[in-house]
Amino acid sequence: MIQHLTSLPILLPMLAAVILLLPPCGKSLRIRRIASSIMAVITFIASALLLIHVHNSGINVYAIGNWSAPFGIVLVADMLSTLLVALTSFLGVGVILYGCAGDDAKGNFFHPLVHFLILGVNGAFLTGDLFNVFVFFEVLLIASYSLLMHAGDKQNTRAALQYVILNLVGSSVFLIGLGILYGVLGTLNIADMAQKVALLTGDDVYLAKAGGLLLLVVFALKGALLPLHLWLPNTYASAKPVVAALFAIMTKVGVYAMLRVYTVIFGEQAGELEHMAQSWLWGLAIATIVVGAIGVMAAQDLRKLTANLVVVSVGTLVALIALQNITATAALLYYLVHSTLVSAALFLLADLIGTQRGKVGDRLVPGRAVHQPYLLGACFIIAVLTVVGMPPLSGFVGKIWILKTTLNSEQAMLFWPVYLITSFVLLVALSRAGTSLFWERKGKKTESTDGVNAHPLQVVIIVGLLACSPLLVIFGGPISDYMISAATQLHDINNGIDAVMKGGK
Amino acid sequence: MELLYASCVGVLVSCGVFLLLRARTFPVVLGLTMISYAVNLFLFSAGRLTINKAVVLGTGADYADPLPQALVLTAIVIGFAMTAFVVILAIRGRADLGSDHVDGQIIKSATDSKEQK
Repeated sequence: MIQHLTSLPILLPMLAAVILLLPPCGKSLRIRRIASSIMAVITFIASALLLIHVHNSGINVYAIGNWSAPFGIVLVADMLSTLLVALTSFLGVGVILYGCAGDDAKGNFFHPLVHFLILGVNGAFLTGDLFNVFVFFEVLLIASYSLLMHAGDKQNTRAALQYVILNLVGSSVFLIGLGILYGVLGTLNIADMAQKVALLTGDDVYLAKAGGLLLLVVFALKGALLPLHLWLPNTYASAKPVVAALFAIMTKVGVYAMLRVYTVIFGEQAGELEHMAQSWLWGLAIATIVVGAIGVMAAQDLRKLTANLVVVSVGTLVALIALQNITATAALLYYLVHSTLVSAALFLLADLIGTQRGKVGDRLVPGRAVHQPYLLGACFIIAVLTVVGMPPLSGFVGKIWILKTTLNSEQAMLFWPVYLITSFVLLVALSRAGTSLFWERKGKKTESTDGVNAHPLQVVIIVGLLACSPLLVIFGGPISDYMISAATQLHDINNGIDAVMKGGK
Repeated sequence: MELLYASCVGVLVSCGVFLLLRARTFPVVLGLTMISYAVNLFLFSAGRLTINKAVVLGTGADYADPLPQALVLTAIVIGFAMTAFVVILAIRGRADLGSDHVDGQIIKSATDSKEQK
């Protein structure tokens, strides 16, 4: 049983989605909610078990249909991918429970689609070959297209149309990149590619480089890196906040793919192609941080502001990928977990604030007071402190860690000022947002009493997501140890290749 | 044969890109379809172009690489699903936004303004 654990984070959401489409669940919303929540929790438990198992016993390779590595399809569960799978499943539980508070009734098929999205994301994290990364990307994308239209209006259709077309072009570019790499290397298994890239000679080197850089375009599109990030603020701001919260993990799939491809395949062992994307990643990442911060300043409503915060976090993550060392990768993982959770919480919070402020919604203009100012205000200030990186919350630890890893590198001259000034800009923008959301009220006697309290479940989910931030600090020791060993495992390329090629028997 | 094949892929891609840049949903969908055909052809050629070789592993020493064919098959299936989705979305966009422009804005072209005058 234990050897099949690797496949469960993919199989369970698939099973859940199918169950939810079958007649007894399809008809009754109540049954659908219960079944969906239970399946999400089971998926999370399976992911957590896998995390513990891989932590104790090393890289776990699962050969699908028992066809072993270079020819068959393998799932590779190492510490990095299981961490992300557990994070996805955890976020999935949160989003599904939050949806049960009423958002799922506004459109069809909310629950099955969320499970399909989790299936796609988990699959993309776990799979061991690039073509299946493509396949799982498509699975998660088609689920995200439909979720984006959930309870949608005109604005939504427009954003969805742009998002879908961009991603379809991205998929074509992805396939071209894969075709070139397959033509040159004769394999698509990541471990096998890592071995063969070093042996390339002559013109094949340039072909492989072209293929690798085409992949960079695609991952930059998925991860919302600078020139290709323009779709993100619109898309995320027009999606229902509960959907946007789940999308918080989707940009991280692009970041993960970059990390995997440019560390393992085109990493330090790639012969002539060693670190080929590093300079691109570095420049684009810095520019992304700057542009994201400008977007945060310019945002007209809280959801768009949060979406731009996601862009800033992607920039930070990619800058750390470009550094290509173990400590930077460990800091990246910590920051990734923290930023995913807090941006999801901020999206959900924007939903509550928007609902309670009536007509003005979450726009940053004076309006009606929120109905539960103390509760939402407290949540908001904690979220802001976390996301900006003020002590004592997880953002601060992540920020210190990032600054410390970059300290001795030659890039610190550029990174430190950009990163610190950006943090300050974020702090200003978010303080201003908080002021206009909670303090500036239209008229003097607008003590609103006709609002409704937030559903307790919604509050619990938001508090739960926010509580992860102090937990990340309190258990900082063991968590950072885990991140460091995950990073070490990723950078130990030979060991990884051995595990994949010999494993799965 | 290589020249013909490569030019086919090239022409399809350039037509596709041209149509994509029209920024109206119907040409965009056509452009996406053309690009995906080009991509499928390209993937197929990743296993090298050969004549008179068995398609799958047989008893003969010569066989064509079966893997790109599996990849193309998967890509075609996914491409169909995505095209179907984008067609439906385009129809809905036309209905919701009152225009087939991908930005949802009705841009008055030169001919329209002439007619109005």
